[in-house]
Amino acid sequence: MRYLPHTADDIATMLKAVQIDSLEGLFAHIPQDCRRRETLKIPEALTEWELNDHMDALAATMAVSPEYKVFMGAGSYAHYVPAAASFLAGRSEFVTAYTPYQPEVSQGTLQAIYEYQTLTARLLGLEVANASQYDGASALAEAMLMAIRVSRKKTVAVSSAVHPMYRRVLATYFEPTGFNIRELPYLPDGTTDLGPLKDMDDLGGVAIQSPNFFGCMENLEAAKQSLPDKKTLLVICFSEPLAYGLYKSPGQCGADIACGEGQSLGIPRTFGGPGLGMFAAKMKYVRNMPGRLVGQTVDEEGKRGHVLTLATREQHIRREKATSNICTNHSLCALAAVMYMASLGGSGFKELARLNYDKAEYLKEALRKAGFKLPFSRPTFNEFVVEFPDDFRKTYQGLLQKKIIAGLPLVDFYPELKNHYLLCATETTARADMDALVKEIIP
Amino acid sequence: MKEILGTTGLIFNEPLLWEKGKKGRSGFSLPRRDVEKHPVDKQLGGPGPDFPDLSEVEVVRHFIRLSQWNFSVDSGMYPLGSCTMKYNPKTNERQAARSGFAQAHPLLPQHLSQGTLKLMYDLEQYLNEITGMDATSLQPAAGAHGELTGMLLFYAYHKSQGAPRSKIIVPDTAHGTNPASAALCGYRSVPVKSNERGVLSPQAVGDIMDTDTAGIMVTNPNTLGLFEENIKAISEIVHAKGGLVYGDGANMNAIMGIVNMGELGIDVLHLNLHKTFSSPHGGGGPGAGPVCVRKHLEPFLPVPRVIKQKERYALSEDFPETIGKIHAFYGNVGVMIRSYSYILSMGPEDLKKASQLAVLNAAYIKDQLKGTFHLPYDRPCMHECVFSDKLQEPYKVTTLDIVKRLMDYGFHPPTIYFPLVVPGAIMIEPTETESKEDIDLFIESMQAIAKEAKENPELLHAAPRKTKRRRLDETAAARKPCLTG
Repeated sequence: MRYLPHTADDIATMLKAVQIDSLEGLFAHIPQDCRRRETLKIPEALTEWELNDHMDALAATMAVSPEYKVFMGAGSYAHYVPAAASFLAGRSEFVTAYTPYQPEVSQGTLQAIYEYQTLTARLLGLEVANASQYDGASALAEAMLMAIRVSRKKTVAVSSAVHPMYRRVLATYFEPTGFNIRELPYLPDGTTDLGPLKDMDDLGGVAIQSPNFFGCMENLEAAKQSLPDKKTLLVICFSEPLAYGLYKSPGQCGADIACGEGQSLGIPRTFGGPGLGMFAAKMKYVRNMPGRLVGQTVDEEGKRGHVLTLATREQHIRREKATSNICTNHSLCALAAVMYMASLGGSGFKELARLNYDKAEYLKEALRKAGFKLPFSRPTFNEFVVEFPDDFRKTYQGLLQKKIIAGLPLVDFYPELKNHYLLCATETTARADMDALVKEIIP
Repeated sequence: MKEILGTTGLIFNEPLLWEKGKKGRSGFSLPRRDVEKHPVDKQLGGPGPDFPDLSEVEVVRHFIRLSQWNFSVDSGMYPLGSCTMKYNPKTNERQAARSGFAQAHPLLPQHLSQGTLKLMYDLEQYLNEITGMDATSLQPAAGAHGELTGMLLFYAYHKSQGAPRSKIIVPDTAHGTNPASAALCGYRSVPVKSNERGVLSPQAVGDIMDTDTAGIMVTNPNTLGLFEENIKAISEIVHAKGGLVYGDGANMNAIMGIVNMGELGIDVLHLNLHKTFSSPHGGGGPGAGPVCVRKHLEPFLPVPRVIKQKERYALSEDFPETIGKIHAFYGNVGVMIRSYSYILSMGPEDLKKASQLAVLNAAYIKDQLKGTFHLPYDRPCMHECVFSDKLQEPYKVTTLDIVKRLMDYGFHPPTIYFPLVVPGAIMIEPTETESKEDIDLFIESMQAIAKEAKENPELLHAAPRKTKRRRLDETAAARKPCLTG
């Protein structure tokens, strides 16, 4: 086996040194009744060639671009990743390093994460960002737990236009805590109904997603003004951070915490993971934040360097009193994101955001002209909801045969939204493909 | 001793990203604009982020230079205890990068995502077999996330029995994530001390186990590198009071094909795919923390679950007692692909052999360094061994000095000051992928450092000297946090 370097000689010499007569003998101290008797029943080893064929066959069954035209976003977006960014993220000095607990030999990861924190804070318009969470859903759950810690209250409110899967993860995290989650309905224009907030007591945090699950931009300034109590934190969540290249950032709209999914920033979709949980907050809340933080300092010679810091919040120091149990995070995804953001630059980021917006507007217009209803009137970014006629399910199935995936049916998540589909267009969606889609679905 | 590994070369300085570049540069080829511009809502529009503008060359040099300041498994031995920094096979990266996997949208219709679903289903079966458990969820994104899932399973189970419990037993040798994960589920940790042999005694557990205690969290082999030999008796005590046993599988690399975790009385076990199953650690993740359970806890596993109906694979939500979702989609599929590829490359014999050689490497190091460094528990070890700095105390040299000096010799430091039960702990886990020559060089380097400690301790106090940076001022970093530039 090519990963196991020991020759028979090596094994014999080493066994002799430790005065044990066989490899099995190394385990003689384990009680007999704890020992496994039968061999592992898993497939025999494959050669690398056989493995390639096997994996190729599995991968070939997946419906992906360019063979398939996938008009689906809903928390996982098709964006072009520059060759330089994926090359850099594949550098084995980054890929095969451990968590940078030993800063003298980890300055590369540490500076890159510091840069990720900085660009993330700038993108989200807040003062401090952590080194990453697992994904958008766990970032939201941790944000709401943090809002409870900061406010010392026991209830949070969450918009029903927050990604349904994020809300389910939040519910899982909250189940054993005794804290309450209240849901805010959505209005006919596709934004959150803030009205019920005024009657809610003991509210520690309010979570609004913008762009929300329907693709609509929320009225965040109004949300800020609707907070019932000055101790209530406004948590702005997102699944498409590219939108802040065009629209105001969460911080500019008054967020206390901004959190969400950063997969859009140079990370392949890979069936939903690994993604990148992004998390930023106002500096006054830093000691209540979950997750690792990299800070700047100097070495013995006074040279600038970086270290993991404020670890007294974390599980390996505080144990049961930590702000979170997170240890391994999504560091390499954060690196991929900073490499992507650096490749785009501020100018490129804005231009790319605008192009996403214009592509989606083009598709929206084409569908509207073709006579389909766009039920929500609010401005959107790169995805939006369309209401199709009653028999559209059949058309949708027919399109699959033609290798077109015409968005995501919303009825599975919102039973009242029958015949409503969430469609997405990014910079990777060609005008010709959008024209073809519209042509196909005109009754 | 052969030539030591550590040296200095031409390493570049490199400023922070925003100290480089000029407005108007770009490192991105923007797709051709084939649609018209559409007006943007004035009230909602924003200025966009203040990022530096850099050319592709600047971006590439920047991150390549940073990469050269890192130690990595691909450059040298990384004997971090309890972290299992084994070699990460390159074929796994190739498999995960296939466009069918990497570009797949998670909400594709199921008949158009059969390959990935089959891979997930099969991986669950392999992990069931390797652990001796009955069912697996691949959804948790990391070890601590797996622990949280495990604690949620405990909570759901006790609730289904009609009585939620409030406490959990956590040994003093446990990872910090254990009590933190339990606390997220509202459990109060009750510590239990390991005995003079470095393991848990049934009596110590029996003394505190009661009907308000949800169960116990055990790491086996434990963080001293010792097999918890009383685990069966402990499980019986906990089960007799209606409790459950949680196994932290961080150290599974010692026992693949050798111990059946399911037979030890463990009810829930998490694995770290980024440790035992060779997916790279990525400088702190992403990993994956699958949770394996015995039959009686299967109904509570996270949804959706991958099921097989005839020869088709599907995602099913039809598990009414589930704890719910723990990840937005299905977990870190990219990591699963790498570990699946690893298991298929190894096969049953070599997986077992990997554990045997991991233990052999650790036993050999323990034997060769015994006497040079203090060995608090001189007993047969598993895949890691724990020394301390006690013998170096007279020279005013600490564990920190020793491992910082080890950097100059070209090795990554072991895990230090953990487990907490050993003052000044030096916890060494070589893994099976290090050759005898590399292990010997590591041993010789440690011996040379012990000699230096005696003869010229200043060398250790001033270490490291060959790294990009000397020792960093962590106190200043925490006192006046500078977290963004």
